[in-house]
Amino acid sequence: MYWNKEAETMPREKLESVQLLRLQETVKRAYQNVAFYRDALDRRGIKPDDIRSLSDVSQLPFTTKQDFRDTYPFGLVAVPMNRVVRIHASSGTTGKPVTAYYTQKDLDVWAELMARVMTAGELRKGDIIQNAYGYGLFTGGLGAHDGAQLVGAAVVPSSVGNSRRQILLIQDLGVTALACTPSYALIIGETGRELGTDLAKTSKLRVGFFGAEPCSEPMRKEIEDCLGLKALDIYGLTEILGPGVAHECMNQRGLHLAEDNFLVEVIDPETGRSLPPGQKGELVLTTLNKEAMPVLRYRTRDIVSLYPDTCPCGRTFVRMTKITGRTDDMLIVRGVNVFPSQIEDALLRVDGLEPHYQIVVDRDSHLDELEVWVEVSEDIFTDEIAPLETLELKVRKELESVLGIWTRVRLVEPGTLERSEGKAKRVIDRRDLGKR
Amino acid sequence: MAAPVSRIEQVSVFLENRPGRLVEMLKVLEDRGINILAMSLADAPDFGIVRMVLPDSRQGVEVLHEAGFTARSTEVLKVEVPHRPGGLVDTVALPLSRAGLNIEYIYASVDPAPGQAVVVVKVRDLDAAEKALAVG
Ligand SMILES: [Zn+2]
Repeated sequence: MYWNKEAETMPREKLESVQLLRLQETVKRAYQNVAFYRDALDRRGIKPDDIRSLSDVSQLPFTTKQDFRDTYPFGLVAVPMNRVVRIHASSGTTGKPVTAYYTQKDLDVWAELMARVMTAGELRKGDIIQNAYGYGLFTGGLGAHDGAQLVGAAVVPSSVGNSRRQILLIQDLGVTALACTPSYALIIGETGRELGTDLAKTSKLRVGFFGAEPCSEPMRKEIEDCLGLKALDIYGLTEILGPGVAHECMNQRGLHLAEDNFLVEVIDPETGRSLPPGQKGELVLTTLNKEAMPVLRYRTRDIVSLYPDTCPCGRTFVRMTKITGRTDDMLIVRGVNVFPSQIEDALLRVDGLEPHYQIVVDRDSHLDELEVWVEVSEDIFTDEIAPLETLELKVRKELESVLGIWTRVRLVEPGTLERSEGKAKRVIDRRDLGKR
Repeated sequence: MAAPVSRIEQVSVFLENRPGRLVEMLKVLEDRGINILAMSLADAPDFGIVRMVLPDSRQGVEVLHEAGFTARSTEVLKVEVPHRPGGLVDTVALPLSRAGLNIEYIYASVDPAPGQAVVVVKVRDLDAAEKALAVG
């Protein structure tokens, strides 16, 4: 099922000509209206007319999160402020937030992109979707809201939090679809279990749209099992748009990037050089259809790779893997690159654990120590030490085989690790505490 | 030598190794006026397991669950042994070893009758152990 069949199944050749026209137009407008881009292009001796093919994008400078901060609040806006009808901001824990600006046309495009996402999950008029993304400055809440409303579904704007009430509404209203972060989906499922309610059996939930955080394959399975729905991964970021940049179809094999709206590159985060399909690197996005805040070559810091083959669903847009890490989440432990997502994958392969964990990196007399705290599931606990020690050993072996380094495993009581209702904070790095 | 043996429920609790956690657990029992009849603490490097005999193990598990502890009740054997040198060997260790049964763990109760000791014994095959002890 498509929302916009013509766009979503456009032949590659036609798609690329649309992309080139839109790229040229975007660069031109950015150059004319945004001093930041004009200066950046001038410094490299590039004029908008130099963009003659899609591969010329590599001549353009990158834009980073720091650039958003440095130009805060209005430095990247390309239209007169009286044309802006909405402003979102990132949750930025430190320093200045990242602000995003939208004209009415931008909001319309955004709603369409989210309508495509939800139609790919077979959401339609007659469905009831509970939107448990946080409403407010965060793009998740209103982004999902507008898309679902455009599709014609009934939206329950429950926002995040108060899991018991979420469950009550899901059951009493006969909610068929859920939108929230994957970690919050797990919290809802877990709360249901605590209340003695198996949502997989007692609810009408059929599909879920989960984003704003990485969601590994085993985590997806966990969500699907406890909620009894098909969990689709969606992707987006405030700097570029919000949710709707990429999404899975019912095949659940990679996320289709909305290429008519974004130009996609995968680069080597060290050298900045473009990588061929199939290779893991940093996702770089250029907006092709945004008025208020066009963005050139934004370095997302998300690690992905692109699928070289086409998808049986008929969409011609390229697919990327789930986010397998963040360039800035990457921990270097004893010289080895470690992504928290790898740890999560390893943990979820072991039976007898809860899907909550904490990574602690410390330095013990010049040597980095990686310690993983993980909750023991109540089911495997008995009166004996041996099964727990076996479990601990199994976890350590899984981690070692994935990471290639020795790790310490600590079993903790279920329910004791911090549950996050937004972006999960999984890593505590104690190594530089001493230096500060 | 045969000894009075019976099956009872014990409560075991998973405890993280962190200061104060055992105290918190004991407080929960104290607040509900639950007396501990027997207790042992087994520890691995990072965690421990407390095993206890309580007057009512189902109530004990419930109370501990409510307080956020991971607790479970399991079956063990309670054996009365004569309180004298060799008492434990004659009535428990020897009969079990003759029957080819391994003792997983054993701990003593705090409230025996005069001249008696009461021990809690865990063996994987409780039926076989009960038989072996009854024969002596
Ligand atoms: Zn597809």
